[in-house]
Amino acid sequence: MPAVALTVNGKPVTGDVDPRTLLVQFLRENLRLTGTHVGCDTSQCGACVVHVDGKAVKACTVFVWQIDGANITTIEGLADPNGPLHPMQEAFREHHGLQCGYCTPGMIMTAVDMVNRKGHDLDDPTIAISAAAPATITS
Amino acid sequence: MYAFTQHRPATVRQAASLLAKQEEAKLLAGGHTLIPTMKLRLAGPKHLVDLSKVEGLSGIEMKGRSLTIGAMTTHVEVQTSPVVRENIPALAELAGKIGDPAVRHRGTIGGSLANNDPNADYPAAALGLGATIITNKRRIPADEFFKGLFETALEPDEIVTKVQFPKVNKAAYVKFPNPASRYALVGVFVSKRSSEIRVVVTGAGANGVFRVTAFEEALKKRFGAKSLEGLTVPADGMASDIHGSAEYRAHLIGVLARRAVAAAG
Repeated sequence: MPAVALTVNGKPVTGDVDPRTLLVQFLRENLRLTGTHVGCDTSQCGACVVHVDGKAVKACTVFVWQIDGANITTIEGLADPNGPLHPMQEAFREHHGLQCGYCTPGMIMTAVDMVNRKGHDLDDPTIAISAAAPATITS
Repeated sequence: MYAFTQHRPATVRQAASLLAKQEEAKLLAGGHTLIPTMKLRLAGPKHLVDLSKVEGLSGIEMKGRSLTIGAMTTHVEVQTSPVVRENIPALAELAGKIGDPAVRHRGTIGGSLANNDPNADYPAAALGLGATIITNKRRIPADEFFKGLFETALEPDEIVTKVQFPKVNKAAYVKFPNPASRYALVGVFVSKRSSEIRVVVTGAGANGVFRVTAFEEALKKRFGAKSLEGLTVPADGMASDIHGSAEYRAHLIGVLARRAVAAAG
């Protein structure tokens, strides 16, 4: 059983895992961080997106041992639990940017990644394209 | 998913020896095809040889008129590389159209080429630019690399280490993506390098990526979208599925080829 050590939402965590353990399983089942959801489980929808070393990654398509040593941020780590929401969470809340809410954690992590990558180059057409295809944000 | 043992070699030599030694071993690059395939139990390797710790497999370098990309270089690295954008912008654009950002953060050029999915984008670039696939054993011209659906010239213990692209005068890639997966329903890559013209199609062929020699001949007379007017590809040999019939795919090849030639300028 491979031993893994990660930093998740700023805290060091370790575990001995079956090699088949996906990052999303490790987060949900070992760490009980159930904010990250499994949607399609076929690497398409993006409900399971978390940040691995600052980049959006589908947690259902990475074995946890592949990213041993990485720094992970999940939806739980975006804002201080006792403080205000992260501005992206607040924007989704303000504009009712959700339907049933199941994929919202992945959408928010994807949107934060988009801002991180594009910064001030993030324009209305890019946002509009993403809004038209919410299941898979493509830009 | 079937059980397996994972290996994390530090060198290409170690990885190759694991592949040769272990029965039913498979290489793991970005994992964005292999892991979903394993979940569906369509693949059940007993050993996974992960390449992420192998030194020297990533990176982008321009030397003379040749652009070399390491096999483990991710799609986002190719998409955003100033070196690729300056020398073969069509390649950077193609990389930026693969999947979505999360896929591009993990997927690799070597993994995509070795997998040779009939709907993947990179095989079109490799064949469309006349690339050379470099392995731990030899150099394979793209013309001899792709052997059909998910089949390549790679031997069981052979590992793609780099891909070398020649700089061309003109190139463009236009694809009609499946709206959910972003795989190419049909994609056409065109390039012009002195007298050599290539028109390559992915997504459409029942046997994977292929060149359209009739279009190439027409473009030799004059490289312009007009030269392709009235030319068609027969539906014979095209893939046909719920996403599009063989006739539809054949039609799209003509449309996208004209757009690609126009985009290449």
